[in-house]
Amino acid sequence: MKFERYGKGIAKGLMVTIRHLFRHPVTTQYPEQRLNTSRRIRGNELIWDNIKCTGCATCAKSCPQGAIRIVTSVNSVENKYVVEKFDVDTGYCIQCGLCVEACPYEAIFMGYAYERAKYRRGELVQADEMLLASTERRRSGYMYPEIAAELPKQTLLVEGKIKE
Amino acid sequence: MTLNPSPNLFSRYAGTLPPDWPGGFWWHWLVFTVIIIVFVLALVMGFIWLERRGMGRMQARLGPNRTGPFGLLQPVADAIKVLLKEDIVPAKGDKIVHWLAPVVAFFPVLMIFAVVPFQNGALLADLNIGILYVVAISSVATVGIFMAGWGSSNKYSLLGAMRNVAAVVSYEIPLVLSIVGVVLIAGSLSLNQIVLAQDIPFILLQPLGFLLFFIGGCAEINRSPFDLFEADSEIVAGFHIEYSGMKFAMFYLMEYAEALAISAILTTIFLGGWRGPVLPPWLWFLIKVIAVFFVMVWTRTTLPRVRIDQLMALAWKFLLPLALINLFITGIEVLTWPAALPWAMVPVNIAIMAVLVLLWSKLFKLGWGRVEV
Repeated sequence: MKFERYGKGIAKGLMVTIRHLFRHPVTTQYPEQRLNTSRRIRGNELIWDNIKCTGCATCAKSCPQGAIRIVTSVNSVENKYVVEKFDVDTGYCIQCGLCVEACPYEAIFMGYAYERAKYRRGELVQADEMLLASTERRRSGYMYPEIAAELPKQTLLVEGKIKE
Repeated sequence: MTLNPSPNLFSRYAGTLPPDWPGGFWWHWLVFTVIIIVFVLALVMGFIWLERRGMGRMQARLGPNRTGPFGLLQPVADAIKVLLKEDIVPAKGDKIVHWLAPVVAFFPVLMIFAVVPFQNGALLADLNIGILYVVAISSVATVGIFMAGWGSSNKYSLLGAMRNVAAVVSYEIPLVLSIVGVVLIAGSLSLNQIVLAQDIPFILLQPLGFLLFFIGGCAEINRSPFDLFEADSEIVAGFHIEYSGMKFAMFYLMEYAEALAISAILTTIFLGGWRGPVLPPWLWFLIKVIAVFFVMVWTRTTLPRVRIDQLMALAWKFLLPLALINLFITGIEVLTWPAALPWAMVPVNIAIMAVLVLLWSKLFKLGWGRVEV
């Protein structure tokens, strides 16, 4: 005779839940407790390097949303473009990273930050100097392993207790 | 100063009072009414906190932790929120029934605690038919629930209420039969006498009765996995779908007060009530009640909801026959067991429980007629 419905499954389930009671919780208390994101995160902003940029507008052409606008004039003396206006409407940006991949001069990067919500749509448009890298606006390691190596490692919940 | 409204009334009771009642009938009445109301309200808040935090931790999350230390003030915040909400009565509902339902549902639950002993003799009324009174009065709450389902003029609320009535009618039988086994051994219906009779906790003498009582109790007070009377995913919220504000709060309160009542009754008749070493009796009672409620939270977190046909099948094909057999065996034991060997009954009864549950698991199938459930 085979017995299988006498409540073995219930007992097993109860053991699973009671074991979870003594486990550390996997949720984090977000505003107080922040986890390190992936070092290759495509955060919701773009970082632009105005020295390396040649104004070729490859990024603007590659953007599926048309979120990048670049206005250039010709410097006929040095035979190159001068970037007069470079702005990104991050409200349209879908964080696909195609512009980063397309740039032949390594002049544009995805941002490492993810808390860039704004109250007004107009504030989402970032232009010229606002796009440059700074301590708040770090570059993400997306497409660039050497940048990723400098960023802190991602916090994994399986590693146990989360450090504050 | 005396609380007696009229000396005649007092003298009417004075002759019938046990001599150890302090300060006469009205003092006793006042003190224990206040104790019961405070006990119920405080423990309901504690239970809400325990359930939400405990369930959270068992699901590997934190649970409410914003209000006060460890989220202890969460029930208070809930209460304030619910009090400030608008009270909406459905336009086509039966207004009087809709208004009365929460009251009818809540007060019988509060009345159960009149016969629960907090320590030896410390109870509002030591009725000699205590457990019968509990069984009778706890069923009245169902009337309130059905009133809510009917008065809301909503198909989901009516469905939920009808499921509830069906479940209570079915589960009352194994519940009462499992209580009868305890009463046979204790030889009294008074809850205080039952506690005094428990030199060995009845969970050991009546393990099967305990199991049946726990399952039946959970089903009667619609705790998960039997919470299909208010199953959110099928009938939205069951009988209290059209309730808001204070009336909803009454139903919420009733739900937890019922859980508290079942925990208290279970503690009293199976776990030895207030009896225990070292600690004061009322503390033992409290600890046991909270432990029983914790097991309810535990099962709620673990088990998925059953269907209505599975609920009925469990009551009539599993619990009822086992309760009858348990009652029969207990009756024979009470008649023939030598009084000198009460402890020998423990392994025998546990073995009987194991054999019966194993055998019935062969006979019993959920979803009769299906190949696989």
